[in-house]
Amino acid sequence: MSLVEIVRFALRGLWANRLRSLLTMLGIIIGIAAVILLTALGNGASQYIQSQIAGLGANSITVLPRQPPQSAGTDGRPLTTADVDALSDPQGAPDIASVSGVVTSSVTVDAGRASSGATIVGSTPSYFPGANVQIATGRAYTEADVAAGRKVALLGATVVEDLFGVGADPVGRTVLVNGVPFDVIGTLVPSGNGGGLSNPDENVLTPLTAVQGSLTGFGDLSQIVVQARSTEGQAAAETEVNSILDRRHGIDNADDRDYQVISARQLADVLDQTLGAFTLLLAAIAAISLVVGGIGITNIMLVSVTERTREIGIRKALGAPPSAILGQFLVESIILSLVGGAIGVAVGYAGTLVPLGDFRPVVLPSAVVAAVAVSAAIGIFFGAYPARRAARLRPIDALRRE
Amino acid sequence: MTSPDESGPGAGQTLAVEHVIDVRGLSKVYGEGDTAVHALRDVDLTVRRGEYVAVIGQSGSGKSTLLNMLGCLDAPSSGRYLLEGLDVAYLDERQQAVLRNRQIGFIFQAFNLIPRTNALAQVELPLVYAGVGRRVRRERAEAALALVGLSERADHRPNQLSGGQQQRVAVARALVTGPALLLADEPTGNLDSTSTGDVLALFDRLHAAGRTIVLITHDDEVAARAERVVVVTDGRLHEVGVPG
Ligand SMILES: Nc1ncnc2c1ncn2[C@@H]1O[C@H](COP(=O)(O)OP(=O)(O)OP(=O)(O)O)[C@@H](O)[C@H]1O
Ligand SMILES: [Mg+2]
Repeated sequence: MSLVEIVRFALRGLWANRLRSLLTMLGIIIGIAAVILLTALGNGASQYIQSQIAGLGANSITVLPRQPPQSAGTDGRPLTTADVDALSDPQGAPDIASVSGVVTSSVTVDAGRASSGATIVGSTPSYFPGANVQIATGRAYTEADVAAGRKVALLGATVVEDLFGVGADPVGRTVLVNGVPFDVIGTLVPSGNGGGLSNPDENVLTPLTAVQGSLTGFGDLSQIVVQARSTEGQAAAETEVNSILDRRHGIDNADDRDYQVISARQLADVLDQTLGAFTLLLAAIAAISLVVGGIGITNIMLVSVTERTREIGIRKALGAPPSAILGQFLVESIILSLVGGAIGVAVGYAGTLVPLGDFRPVVLPSAVVAAVAVSAAIGIFFGAYPARRAARLRPIDALRRE
Repeated sequence: MTSPDESGPGAGQTLAVEHVIDVRGLSKVYGEGDTAVHALRDVDLTVRRGEYVAVIGQSGSGKSTLLNMLGCLDAPSSGRYLLEGLDVAYLDERQQAVLRNRQIGFIFQAFNLIPRTNALAQVELPLVYAGVGRRVRRERAEAALALVGLSERADHRPNQLSGGQQQRVAVARALVTGPALLLADEPTGNLDSTSTGDVLALFDRLHAAGRTIVLITHDDEVAARAERVVVVTDGRLHEVGVPG
């Protein structure tokens, strides 16, 4: 008996119970679609976050002061401009391209009647590339501005909006920062909340000396922004930052540090791990629904065998070999799971075309291959048991059953 | 009548063996212990090639049990069954399937047609399992349907056929592979007198053409058509000899 005949018998059997075949397939369709959709979600989220992190400035390293643990026996030292100078030494830190000391402070900015809460960020020109800040209109402040302590400012998008309205260009105007007048020399490209520590759109960027001279005094730094020479050199730059600051702050044990180093790379690593676990979880949930679909197939095939026991008996009495009966039921369940799998892939794909918030699901080709392979395996695995039961029946036992 | 490719297993011995059926000391026990039913006790039976044998006996005496065993649909509890000189007990499931397919045509009391399948496909089915190609299959199935006078009903499903017509489809299906042995369990039990006449006339023609036939019946008139009648009483078999 040829395979063609077996497939014809199987198709006839499935067609005779159209609705049931369809409902059985639904289990597989949902399972496969879930696998494709959920892994695509995880993958899309991962790609989205990676791109957001890239926006933070891939080569930048931020140093923040920190309260050392009690065991260190000291309150630690603050970050100072002397630290900035040490890090800027090209001999001691060959992998570091630029260093900027930063002072930040929460302030109120006024222009006429309008007022906005903002964070003033005083630094040096290298802060712009270091923090990946893009200028929309006007210009950045210069070393000369810093040297002279000029009170000039660049406004973040939210600040511009609060003070001057959407789309206004405030370059040339004057704003009051906590009552101190600053000339607006530029505006910043909206970052759309860079996924980072604070919202750069609410920043007011000024020369370090201007902030220190008029608002905070010439004290400690809030942070130091370091830019590595290259993405590859980032880890080396981090090591250099650590060794220089450890030496200057008299730290022997990494646990006792009075500062902490944060880099986009570290952030990316952590998020990558978290997302990996998240994607795995989604895949596991989807896999469970696949197994449930497979059990559905077994169940229906068992019902089908039971229901058609008499027919199996007749076929055996007419000389159907066990292999023909086995083949017929096995092929039935394989067709169910393969057709279900194909529809599931289509549904899963269609599902990923729906954008969700900021990011889009991105289909993992490996997930599609795995899902199809699994659906074929389900057909064979879950179909084999009922099919074998059918094939093993003694003709007379099958015929006697009602 | 006998088709040229009647060459199943054992066909080589066909001419060598005188007895198509040779049964010795056959017993069948259903169940165990207190509930055990001795359906057949130590039955001996031989059927020569071309013989037409009727099996009669009271209800529950063991006739169907015997015929199922002869048709390789069931296995005996003890005893030996040689079909065409071949000990059936030594055959595996696949070989028994081939035997049922090529050597035996079985007609059930309950017709046992496959639901939702038209008459032509029913008759083709044994040929499908025999591995006969599509075109030849169709020709032979049509010939078998013509033989039972149902050419016009080829595309009718079982639920569109009368009882007699269904039984004739079942007969055509049993004949289509050209088996040496035809086994029929009360083939006329569910039929009216006209249909009974049709089916019996068909059996007479097959007998005349040299088929070996074993048939179970409750009907004396049916038994009267046979060459030889055996009676089953409470699981034991007795020869009655040639009826009057
Ligand atoms: N599967 C079974 N399990 C247990 N007992 C059975 C089984 N099949 C048949 N029997 C018993 O075996 C005995 C013989 O049954 P069998 O069907 O051979 O009778 P029969 O002569 O064909 O009867 P009828 O003329 O009514 O068809 C009966 O007593 C019956 O109850
Ligand atoms: Mg009976």
